[in-house]
Amino acid sequence: MALNLSVSPDFPPTHLSGWFIFNTWLQRQLGEGVHLELYDSFEQQREDIRAGKLDLIYANPYDASMLVRELGFKVLVRPRNRADETVIAVRADDEVTCVEDLAPGLKVATTADPDVHIMGMIMLESADLDATNVSFKELDSYVLVAKALLNRDADAGFFLKAGFEELSELVRSKMKPLVSSQISVVHHTLVAGPRMQAHMDTLTDRLVNMEHDPKGIPVLKSMGLDGWDVMEEEQTEFMIDLIDTLVD
Amino acid sequence: MSEQDTAAAREVLIKYFDGTERLASIVDQEVPYPDGKLIVSRTDPQGIITHANRAFIEMSGYTREELIGTNHYILRHPDMPAVAFKDLWDTVAQGKKWQGYVKNLRKDGAYYWVKATVIPNIRNGQLVGYTSVRRKPSRSKINESEALYATLR
Ligand SMILES: Cc1cc2nc3c(=O)[nH]c(=O)nc-3n(C[C@H](O)[C@H](O)[C@H](O)COP(=O)(O)O)c2cc1C
Repeated sequence: MALNLSVSPDFPPTHLSGWFIFNTWLQRQLGEGVHLELYDSFEQQREDIRAGKLDLIYANPYDASMLVRELGFKVLVRPRNRADETVIAVRADDEVTCVEDLAPGLKVATTADPDVHIMGMIMLESADLDATNVSFKELDSYVLVAKALLNRDADAGFFLKAGFEELSELVRSKMKPLVSSQISVVHHTLVAGPRMQAHMDTLTDRLVNMEHDPKGIPVLKSMGLDGWDVMEEEQTEFMIDLIDTLVD
Repeated sequence: MSEQDTAAAREVLIKYFDGTERLASIVDQEVPYPDGKLIVSRTDPQGIITHANRAFIEMSGYTREELIGTNHYILRHPDMPAVAFKDLWDTVAQGKKWQGYVKNLRKDGAYYWVKATVIPNIRNGQLVGYTSVRRKPSRSKINESEALYATLR
């Protein structure tokens, strides 16, 4: 039976082909068929995760927490220099200059990306804003979040920092970031499920060596990654503990 | 910044729960919480610091070497009522998450307010320590806490 690889729906669409190339690389390393299953929605992916359909997942930190603590998955590696940070932005012409200037009744454009949404809400707390006095417009991508903001359908937008930085210069010039998180220890991870047990050690070695392997280098590049670092069990537990303190 | 800030220094004897005490220089001056950062530390089950992130080091004014191996009460501000910490310890001892507003004392005697969340760290069913993550509190919550804590001291 082929193994199933999947990627958290929040990855930048510009790297879609990179994940297909990675899938091919992976099949060679494992000597087994691997199928890449992509999802538009976090919910749909979570359903399949719970149903035991996925074996290797490039997971956002929030889902990694469920995978490890509830479903017995193991984190193998993390991408180097790719912490998940959140930006709250408003329109460039808005007179607001800091989060504390934002007022109840705020309309927020956001995505279903759990990490970004949670961190966005935490950064609004200093203005006494929470789910009781803010309304949301949930959109499918950061491009749409920017659009909602610029079309005045929303007053503020939550962005994955990497997603914000990938917007066109023109779009970005019409927005003003109010705050950007600097957490650095919360990031995506590559997480392996029970059916991967026999492959885990070899795969971890190969992943870590990818950046030195002439066949691995272009694969990394196509995914927009610098390389993989091993995640020790305690590092994973620490990240999950940290996320636990952020969710209610 | 609080209206009570005078920036004048005073010497205060702080008595800790474990019977030790230290004379601390207190300066009534607030250092604003850095936007977008989380201040993270971990302790062993006794409250001895085992990990501090960069934001923790920057805000507390201590070096990493000074913090690791020290009791977390090194940050205790004399304006904080003992009952707040009793509640913290009682809550985490039951394996639950504690959340509250804390005024912390910096090495230089100034202070900073945080909204803190403390959780027990469980590994293979065993308590191995605690993690605390702090975020920026709102001014209204600081004012409420200041007023409440003044009645509890
Ligand atoms: C993980 C963790 C983090 C803590 N962080 C702080 C802190 O930032 N500031 C503080 O005054 N006490 C903190 N405490 C509580 C201290 O351990 C201590 O109870 C408190 O400073 C009062 O001192 P006392 O209990 O000796 O009277 C923390 C405790 C734990 C378990």
